[in-house]
Amino acid sequence: MVSASQSAATAAAPMPGAPRNWDVNPVLTVEHLTMRFGGLVAVNDLSFNVGRGDITALIGPNGAGKTTVFNCVTGFYKPTEGRTVMRHGDGLLQDLVEEVTAGGLRSVQMGDRAVFLLERMPDFEISHHARVARTFQNIRLFGGMTVLENLMVAQHNVLMKASVFTIGGLLGLPRYRIAEKAAREKAVYWLERTRLIDRADDPAADLPYGDQRRLEIARAMCTEPHLLCLDEPAAGLNPRESQELNALLQFIRAEHGTSILLIEHDMGVVMEISDHVVVLDYGVKIADGDADHVKNDPKVIAAYLGVEDEDEIDIPEVKKDLSTAGKPAGQDGGVA
Amino acid sequence: MAAETPAAPTSSIRPEGAQRSLEERGNAPVVAPANDPNSMANSVRDAAMAAALTFVLGFFFLGVRSDFAPGGLALEFRWGLLFIAVAIIFVARLLLNIFVFRTTKPLTQRMGSTFKGVGAGGGLGKWLGRALFAFALVLPFFFTSFFPGQSRQYIDLAILIMTYIMLGWGLNIVVGLAGLLDLGYVAFYAVGAYSFALLAQYFDIGFWMALPLAGLLAAFWGIILGFPVLRLRGDYLAIVTLAFGEIIRVVLLNWYEFTGGPDGISGIPKPTLFGLEFKRGEGGFADFFGIPFDNIHRFIFLYYIIFVLAIVTNLVTLRLRKMPVGRAWEALREDEIACRSLGINTTNTKLTAFALGAMFGGLAGSFFATRQGFISPESFTFLESAIILAIVVLGGLGSQIGVVIASVVMIGGIEMLRNLGFLSQVFGPGFEPTQYRMLIFGVAMVLIMVWKPRGLVSTREPTAVLKEKKRIGADMVAQGEGH
Repeated sequence: MVSASQSAATAAAPMPGAPRNWDVNPVLTVEHLTMRFGGLVAVNDLSFNVGRGDITALIGPNGAGKTTVFNCVTGFYKPTEGRTVMRHGDGLLQDLVEEVTAGGLRSVQMGDRAVFLLERMPDFEISHHARVARTFQNIRLFGGMTVLENLMVAQHNVLMKASVFTIGGLLGLPRYRIAEKAAREKAVYWLERTRLIDRADDPAADLPYGDQRRLEIARAMCTEPHLLCLDEPAAGLNPRESQELNALLQFIRAEHGTSILLIEHDMGVVMEISDHVVVLDYGVKIADGDADHVKNDPKVIAAYLGVEDEDEIDIPEVKKDLSTAGKPAGQDGGVA
Repeated sequence: MAAETPAAPTSSIRPEGAQRSLEERGNAPVVAPANDPNSMANSVRDAAMAAALTFVLGFFFLGVRSDFAPGGLALEFRWGLLFIAVAIIFVARLLLNIFVFRTTKPLTQRMGSTFKGVGAGGGLGKWLGRALFAFALVLPFFFTSFFPGQSRQYIDLAILIMTYIMLGWGLNIVVGLAGLLDLGYVAFYAVGAYSFALLAQYFDIGFWMALPLAGLLAAFWGIILGFPVLRLRGDYLAIVTLAFGEIIRVVLLNWYEFTGGPDGISGIPKPTLFGLEFKRGEGGFADFFGIPFDNIHRFIFLYYIIFVLAIVTNLVTLRLRKMPVGRAWEALREDEIACRSLGINTTNTKLTAFALGAMFGGLAGSFFATRQGFISPESFTFLESAIILAIVVLGGLGSQIGVVIASVVMIGGIEMLRNLGFLSQVFGPGFEPTQYRMLIFGVAMVLIMVWKPRGLVSTREPTAVLKEKKRIGADMVAQGEGH
């Protein structure tokens, strides 16, 4: 029943003929993802793609399971069921995906193309090898370390390798000194981009809220991710800061080719910058498409307005949809 | 609480005691502004209240004394003593009121900021460190020249303090940098000491050969301990490390055939200087250099061994802080989840911290064995772990110079309290000051922790600087697990 409604939503795209970027060139594919906490089904049989180079927004009312999806993708939760495929290299890489799935492997690499099954990898390897970086809804900076140190910690793995697991660094090998200098330059680059360069030597906990949000994005970018996952980056920002955030995200996408997946409640941000919007409600996908498509989707409007009873709905399409597809919200495991 | 004081809405969200203490400290300017003419009167009234309370309480404890008298007991009144006590309380309370409680600029705060300037402020802190280093370098000759009679005693004390400095620096890696509360650090000290003692006993290996082996063995045991505690947080981590420390001690105590159990191991060889022994007669150190034999040479040599070991510990730690692994330790202390999101293998990072801290503990342990010549499980009780941890916490988590100051104060202080003979002149010949030294010591620790809750040197020095080095206040720095 659920998948029927999902396919109905996908089929209702404005240009059915044109192949969409997230279908032909996805950087991340989430397939049949289910996450149960005891009896609670937080995410139920969710499938969606994140297109390479796209800004994809994951939206939905509070408690819809958005952050759970993030935690599953970045390895902080082990999903109950489902497959999460991360691709390095253009195209669907179907051969590699099948090889790694059948072989029971975590990842397979062929030249500069690689495929990772994120649900099989521990969280730190997802960041290190699959190159998925994330930020947190409640900001998690290293508050007692300076802004610059935060960005140096983010480059841990590169520096660790250059220091030959610390031993070379202790002996003062030139290779490590060069790597450290490069790491500082990269940190300075991102500090300039996020306008934090004047605060570089201040402890991160001293920064105002908006700066902390930007620093967290800068820190994630220092890991050179292929996919950047942002959990409510605009939360608590004023309109001007939101505009700056939009510009920063578009810069990241344009200059670094990083694909972005973001959870956001601020519809101004979502509608302005997203190429692709996925809407969740009660752990189920209720809409999937570009911003205009989602904006006009009656189910999305219903979910956001909190329609409870069929009688209250005065949008004909919603009535029709609900009578044919059932109420996806009410029947999926009773997420409160 | 809200039911008791419905008129005051603030008290429902803040415990009453907290509010009162805030007022007393003068942080609430509404209560006692600095220029308030009532302030002095209030101070006097408050002091008078305290004095009255003292009188009431002290009347039975100090003022009246029952004494044997013909035909039973008689009451003896000691008004003089009582009024001295009341007067002391009145004056002390008045002074506290004037200088601390009822002023916007409490004396303690000023003292605190002065000390911060001395202990932590970039320039002065650095100079203090250099001065201490220079003094430590010439310390044995300082004592042999200026206190020839007692030089052996003082150098012995310096060796002891230096051992604790090294242990404190080692534990600082685990607790101060990585933020993992380890209550069983003495286990690695024991592993190091017994490694050397047993290697010497069974394989006849000398100190210099055994030293690296003892360090490696201790590091190995650090990793063994590290594995089960990796998943633990907070109090659980502390309890498991505490248990580990006790397990090692109990094994050493009960494995009689191998370790000698409670009898310990004696006859542990002394260290040699490139094969030269510190003994009287042919082939000894004094004979080789053609100087008259003196027992003090061996103590000076021991002092320099532990001095070099401690300095190595310090240099390695300082250098590691600026390496990726050191930054990862501190990041781990700040936020473990964020670390994992940045691709840091927190398992390995914790293990390196445990292993390295354990290794330095093991090195110090084998030095302890060679210095004492005899070891038994009694030397490795929980109290030792507690003292080392107290040194680290008192000095300020993560601060190297803080550990030095705390070691000198704690270890040196305990020893100095043995020489309090003058106090018996004050309190009468029956007074035995050494019996009170743990009490004095405890009170001193409580006072220091009240005065500086985050340790003597509580600011953190950044490991990477772009333009200007700014020290980071303790309130920003996280304390890690289990604090």
